[in-house]
Amino acid sequence: MYIKVKRELCTGCEACVQSCPYDAIVIKGAKAEITEMCQLCRACMSVCPEGAISEVKEATDEKETAQGRGVWVFAEQREGRIAGVSLELLGAGRGLAGKLGTELSAVLFGGTGHDALELIRWGADRVFHCDEASLQAFNDEPYAALLSKLITEQKPEIVLTGATPIGRSFFPRVAAKLRAGLTADCTSLEIDPETKNLLQVRPAFGGNIMATIFCPHARPQMATVRPRVMKRGTYDEARTGEIVKVSAKGIASRTKVVETVKEVSELAINLQDANIIVAGGRGMGSEKGFQLLLDLAEVLGASLAASRAAVDEGWIPYRHQVGQTGKTVSPKLYIACGISGAVQHLVGMQSSDIIIAINKNPDAPIFNVATYGIVGDANEIVPMLTKKIKEVKG
Amino acid sequence: MRIVVCIKQVPDSAEVRINPETNTLIRDGVPTIINPYDLHALEAGLQIRETAGGKVTVLTMGPPQAETALREAISMGADDAVLLTDRAFAGSDTWATAYTLSKAIEQIGADVILCGKQAIDGDTAQVGPEMAEFMDMPHISYIRKIVDVAADKLIVQRLMDDGYDVVETSLPVLLTVVKELNVPRLPSLKGKMAAKKAEIKKMSAADLKADEKNLGLNGSPTQVKNIFAPESKTDRTMLEGTPAEKIDTLVKELVGLKCI
Repeated sequence: MYIKVKRELCTGCEACVQSCPYDAIVIKGAKAEITEMCQLCRACMSVCPEGAISEVKEATDEKETAQGRGVWVFAEQREGRIAGVSLELLGAGRGLAGKLGTELSAVLFGGTGHDALELIRWGADRVFHCDEASLQAFNDEPYAALLSKLITEQKPEIVLTGATPIGRSFFPRVAAKLRAGLTADCTSLEIDPETKNLLQVRPAFGGNIMATIFCPHARPQMATVRPRVMKRGTYDEARTGEIVKVSAKGIASRTKVVETVKEVSELAINLQDANIIVAGGRGMGSEKGFQLLLDLAEVLGASLAASRAAVDEGWIPYRHQVGQTGKTVSPKLYIACGISGAVQHLVGMQSSDIIIAINKNPDAPIFNVATYGIVGDANEIVPMLTKKIKEVKG
Repeated sequence: MRIVVCIKQVPDSAEVRINPETNTLIRDGVPTIINPYDLHALEAGLQIRETAGGKVTVLTMGPPQAETALREAISMGADDAVLLTDRAFAGSDTWATAYTLSKAIEQIGADVILCGKQAIDGDTAQVGPEMAEFMDMPHISYIRKIVDVAADKLIVQRLMDDGYDVVETSLPVLLTVVKELNVPRLPSLKGKMAAKKAEIKKMSAADLKADEKNLGLNGSPTQVKNIFAPESKTDRTMLEGTPAEKIDTLVKELVGLKCI
């Protein structure tokens, strides 16, 4: 496929030039021309007022779509704990399987029989479980090799996992091996009612644009999904399902985990699972400012986060950083204190349910995503807020 | 030690803004830069060369303009550079990009391959691990510290959500790095001179002996259906009054919403 400008229709208005995120359209002789920078995103097609831009399909575009059935969720465990995002994906996967009239399976490497049973109670019809010791700790190669083998045997049409350090690291290997399409960091998954293709929405350009990705031919359709964007399904203790034991025989690894080190302060644990987050930026002024945030976080039972500016100043470790180069969070309540709201920070937190912004500058972009805005010095407001909440909580 | 560092030329996303009227990206005058994470990968490569000896080659795939990024890498200390450029590569998704880069590395030869953890335009973090699979070698993502480099093995720290893992690997290996790993050096005067004179090796699809059906759009399992601007919130309440009044209102609202 390629994108073509019909020269007879083009008026040289440059609307397409402005719309192109890749700088791939130039005006030559008062007509638009698509250059080799084109990434086929089709942004120009919808903005052209003359309808002069269209896609041209080539003969090779029409390939057979490999058959496949079933929706799979890779359930991630680390040191015996199932990741929250895996349970969210069982909720989302249940919905997708319903729309496709197919079954939902979970895949679990490591963990116990009880963990497998829990996955059924959270919505899986079937669990493929390998409980061998060699898969308790995460290594990319054996995880990728065993999952690829299972997919080749069972041929699911959709395979999902969380966009965590583990999922984002080994899913690409599986996709490479199987020649499957893989979309990173999705925030929404839908089934196209006509084609039954999986439509995957993800942010790009640091969240400045959203893109819908699909795989017209390759199967399975694979995606990693951001934690905290999907809703967990209902937990049903009475639910029954099938547990299929899987062997890791013949699966080797050239990497070896020698040691696992926990390195988090109490308040950063599971930032991505937190219900309430108190976050600070450059406007807190110093490490002392962060002490005020810590007080507020303690009263609320909240986790502590920071913008990149505060991390770069050395007021708080990198692990607390929220944003494009840090973590993505979506708590029920996000309190942004002294954070101006650069787009790189906003992409990491703007899907929070309620956002409170406290900032001196009334024009700070953080107020554009805020539910409640307070213009003022966070160093003054935060202690007052802490005190008031203490009173209310008695 | 043969070291290959993969880099990508990207628009400086810190400079990219949305035109609120047309909901499109304003790219006029937005500079292109080397993907920031890739600078940390390059620095790691240069440090490995300093301790273990060998050669650092920088590799990129892109339009002819990407040569600028390669010259910048040479000015920082890379020994030579390879540019994969061909119209046949256009429209590559991560699968096709990883395939193309891995075909090139098979020809260049490498013991250690370094990539940034992700590029700031696409943010997928997929090309590195996919390349490792194509080349049938192990990979470790999110490296925050290189503990030990030996002729046949490497020990590194891998950043995880709740801490880090110490991981040992055989060579050859592919590593993707986070910025905690090091502080990238600035170009030296000598480096800048070298960058001016350096000959950038260019390779096309034919040079790579690549399978055409794995390249560019044809080799890409994923396609972009459409792009759109993210939604923005419209139901914002700015709290008025003295600081004490603002806080009273806020806390009442939060109690009402059962947040407290």
